[in-house]
Amino acid sequence: MRSLTGDRTVRGVLIGFTLLAIAGFFLPAWIVNNVMFGLARGLAVLGLLVLLRTGLVSFGHALYFGLGAYSVALLEQLAGVTELVPRLAGAVVVAGGLGWILGFVLRRYRGIFFAMLSLAFSMALYGILVKTESLGSTDGFSVSPTVLFGWSPETRHVFLAMVAAVCAFAAIVVQVYLASALGHLTTAVRDNEIRVEYLGYPVARSIHTTYVLSAMLAGAAGGIMAMALGQVDPDSMVNWTVSGELVFITIMAGAGNVAAPFIGGVVFEFIRTYAFELAPHAWQLIVGATLLAIIFFLPNGLWSLIEKPWKKLEKRRD
Amino acid sequence: MTDAPILCVTGLCKSFGAVVAARDISVDVAAGEVVGIIGANGAGKTVFVNMITGYLKPSRGTITFAGTDITGIRPCDAAHIGVCRSFQTSQVFMTMSVLDNLLIATAIASKGRTSLLRPLRDDARITQCEAILNRYGIREYRDRVASTLSQGASKLLDIAMAGVSEPRVLLLDEPTSGVSVEEKYDIMDVVISASRRQGTAVLLIEHDMEIVERYADRVLAFDQGEKICDAPPRQVLADPRVRALIVGPDDADDSTARPRETTDA
Repeated sequence: MRSLTGDRTVRGVLIGFTLLAIAGFFLPAWIVNNVMFGLARGLAVLGLLVLLRTGLVSFGHALYFGLGAYSVALLEQLAGVTELVPRLAGAVVVAGGLGWILGFVLRRYRGIFFAMLSLAFSMALYGILVKTESLGSTDGFSVSPTVLFGWSPETRHVFLAMVAAVCAFAAIVVQVYLASALGHLTTAVRDNEIRVEYLGYPVARSIHTTYVLSAMLAGAAGGIMAMALGQVDPDSMVNWTVSGELVFITIMAGAGNVAAPFIGGVVFEFIRTYAFELAPHAWQLIVGATLLAIIFFLPNGLWSLIEKPWKKLEKRRD
Repeated sequence: MTDAPILCVTGLCKSFGAVVAARDISVDVAAGEVVGIIGANGAGKTVFVNMITGYLKPSRGTITFAGTDITGIRPCDAAHIGVCRSFQTSQVFMTMSVLDNLLIATAIASKGRTSLLRPLRDDARITQCEAILNRYGIREYRDRVASTLSQGASKLLDIAMAGVSEPRVLLLDEPTSGVSVEEKYDIMDVVISASRRQGTAVLLIEHDMEIVERYADRVLAFDQGEKICDAPPRQVLADPRVRALIVGPDDADDSTARPRETTDA
């Protein structure tokens, strides 16, 4: 535990999310909404970051994002569940479960094959949802407001605080995982699979573990998105464009730190809102140009805006 | 060398289509023994090692390690029970520091169940790895990224990683190839003394007859997938067939010859 509180990133995450949750009470509703959507996407991007550490990119992470969202919706449809904890648990378990099953296939592929196979699986779910009347078809379901231990908060601000708490928890779990030997093993696998295998650890198991963790994070993210939006439908939850957005945010945010995905997610949400206001018919152009600019000027993503000044400061202190 | 052999290979065969890479090879290796393996390129030396570590499945024959059959075992399981190897071109984690490379190896080798869940840069683990860095003389490179190392240092790191788990059988695939003349004896001294202390049996693939003669207790000579000789180094290097096929006839009997880099280039 001592080493946990000594971790600078863990401290930063705790302080950052606490401030965000408090700030939520003083911010207008539209900003609170944007921040919530941004955090939800950020959580899914955190899943992609974990995969990226082992050298894999998934073009189909909306599979788990959508699965998490639909788990929340279906839990309510079938069992009337509206409590936060069972909703989230359902989303994580369903996404993690499918991730575990598909992991047996996907752990055998790398690079573009892994990416495209992920996309194929996600589009299969999209196809099933669109064609199945009992699963809501193209309309999806509406999701009623979330209840916390029997208490239903009236305002969005309280929900933002809950989302911030979940995201902070996830970020810390991932940080501890990445600092562990098992977490570093993911980078080792990316660098040299043969060596990992000959040191006595099965590469397939390492990739499988990482993949399931990644799926669980995306599932939780989808669950939060469904609760924040109050609505699930295939196009905004499972379509390939959703996966594309997640990869987009991953590149924009950078993989340097577990906080980066959340910053990236929120920034993306605001860029999109303003771009849409500025040019309702060509907003994608603005979003695309932003990414190009980031790739050119900040090859390590938005995170380098925080990391570089910090390192300079540390050097001066030494 | 009177104990029961740690590694027994009997009747090992392997062919790739029409090419026979191993033909009825039988070898016993005792604990703590250093066995040199020589042969021209394509003689089947690396195939032999690859079969022992489970990378290739033999077409026929059995491999027994400490009394249990390990034929066709997965490489990670072989490493787990104590059969480890180094590589002809060093296989390290290029983007990681030398210390992190060793820390990963140590974490995997540890038999403790929670070893992998603890932080990688755990104090006890770092102390353990620094001792290994000292032993292999690569302490000065502790924080260097592995991709920036010289070939000799990279090779030492590769061998150090293979030896972290204190294996009972260590297979070294040309540990001195690509290494400068000054470095090669240093490498071998470190590796062989560490193995002798731990009672590790070493199988040493080498093109360098100087190295073989100096360090091996016994030498196997391979030609076209067949074991043509199995005897103490002097005897093998004096064998007419070995001289003709591998060592080269002109200076084979000159045991104090100047260092040769390769004999079959």
